[in-house]
Amino acid sequence: MLLEVSGIETFYGASQALFGVDLSVAEGEVVALMGRNGMGKTTTIRSICRLNPPRKGRIAFAGRDIAGLRAFRVARLGIGLVPEGRRCFPNLTVRENLVAAARTGQWTLSRIEALFPRLAERRDQFASTLSGGEQQMLAIGRALMTNPRLLILDEATEGLAPVIRRDIWTSIRTLKAEGQSILVVDKTMAELLPVADRCTIIEKGRTAWTGIPAELTDAIRDRLLGV
Amino acid sequence: MTRETLISLAIVLALLAIPLWATAAGETFYITLATRMAILALAAVGLNIALGLGGLVSFGHAAFFGIGGYAAGILASHAFNMEPLPFGLPGTNAMPVIWIVAIVASGLVALAIGAISLRTAGVYFIMITLAFAQMIFYFAISWPAYGGEDGLSIFVRNQFPGVNTLNGLSFFFVCFTLLIASLGLFSLLRASRFGAALQAARQNEQRLATVGIAPYRIRLAAFVISAMVTGLAGALFADLNRFVSPSMLSWHMSGELIVLIILGGVGRLAGPVAGAMLYVAFEYFLGGITERWQLFLGLLLLAVVLFARGGVVGLLAGKARHG
Repeated sequence: MLLEVSGIETFYGASQALFGVDLSVAEGEVVALMGRNGMGKTTTIRSICRLNPPRKGRIAFAGRDIAGLRAFRVARLGIGLVPEGRRCFPNLTVRENLVAAARTGQWTLSRIEALFPRLAERRDQFASTLSGGEQQMLAIGRALMTNPRLLILDEATEGLAPVIRRDIWTSIRTLKAEGQSILVVDKTMAELLPVADRCTIIEKGRTAWTGIPAELTDAIRDRLLGV
Repeated sequence: MTRETLISLAIVLALLAIPLWATAAGETFYITLATRMAILALAAVGLNIALGLGGLVSFGHAAFFGIGGYAAGILASHAFNMEPLPFGLPGTNAMPVIWIVAIVASGLVALAIGAISLRTAGVYFIMITLAFAQMIFYFAISWPAYGGEDGLSIFVRNQFPGVNTLNGLSFFFVCFTLLIASLGLFSLLRASRFGAALQAARQNEQRLATVGIAPYRIRLAAFVISAMVTGLAGALFADLNRFVSPSMLSWHMSGELIVLIILGGVGRLAGPVAGAMLYVAFEYFLGGITERWQLFLGLLLLAVVLFARGGVVGLLAGKARHG
């Protein structure tokens, strides 16, 4: 397994957010992390990236326990995060945003610009002047520039126009076809399920269900994902 | 060529024009004034790397300015008196050697100060850099071997191979060349991956960590480079005045460097140059009219902070890129 999360418990100060999340991603696999709002999806991702290190449980990446590592070390091991809310560096240009993150590997500036031609057009513009969709592309591009073994997408299409969403899903499918391992959080089931090899649903800070998309019955959906 | 590049070029050429005009008009005093502008600009370009690009408000850069000054003063006095330094090393009056010593010494001290200070942020960083600079200031005051409170004179200006540094205009060109080199360094850094990461660290540390970059190391490197440039300026300043004193290390000096940058434009290439020119001109022309010239400087600073956050360069070249 590339990523193996077992029984993690994470706190925000005194309040506990995760009560035992189990999750795994194999090399080349796309895993969908699902759950209703506030169930702990983003907290799980922040725990994996060690932005909010868990207090209990174990996270192993490429066979190595990442306990005690600082966030930047985890990123260097090969976890590329596209954080919720398209967080770029607003006062840097598109090019600077990408170059700052660059690590050697197959992903280079020109390949990112081929994947997202709009970024090539806006290369010297400040990230703060981009549209929401372009900022999202930039955030994905920035994560890819680190040449991650695992790409984590947290709500990559939330709040974007349908046309832009389609573009982003197309690029996610391209990445999958190239063998990129991806852990993805998203609310659009219709797009997410066809791409996912496996799904993990969390409820109230615990892993409630794991399986392949075909096994995700209406009953499970109603119980764990319905509003 | 962007508008800012043109404005920067104009500012630098304006500085160059002062001594040329002064030579033609026989007003040699203005050459000294322009040299002072160039040296203070160089010191502020150094601080601008930390402050403008990295957002590190160092209130202790006088330490590096002073260390550079003392490097020049101490080496020159040993050479003049033909006394060896500790470990039997000779003193020297060769500027290139003095510059290297000033740069290395400032860099090493910055490495130590930065390694500790950069573990803090915001107002604590400001205070801890100030505290370190004050420690060095009091050390210089209580060091009788090199003049203590009275400072140290450099009897003959140090030499640069092939240049008559005793000639004011020649010495100006030496300082001006180093200023241009420092502006080149600043541009290179700003355009590099290192510069992008440094600016990103200022905007959001956590986001930078998620792309695998440790903000601390980037900042430490920037702080050290910044100090080295300011240290070099200190060595030139000592040669300009042919005198080094603890006042170069005082917190007023640190404040002055910050003021120069704010006046000229924080993070802007030519900001420190414009700031230094304005500051020295103010000091000279208003200082000639009233002893309270700093009151007017204060008002000007207030106006810049309230109405022109990009400083002079921002005012002329449009929207501040950094703010």
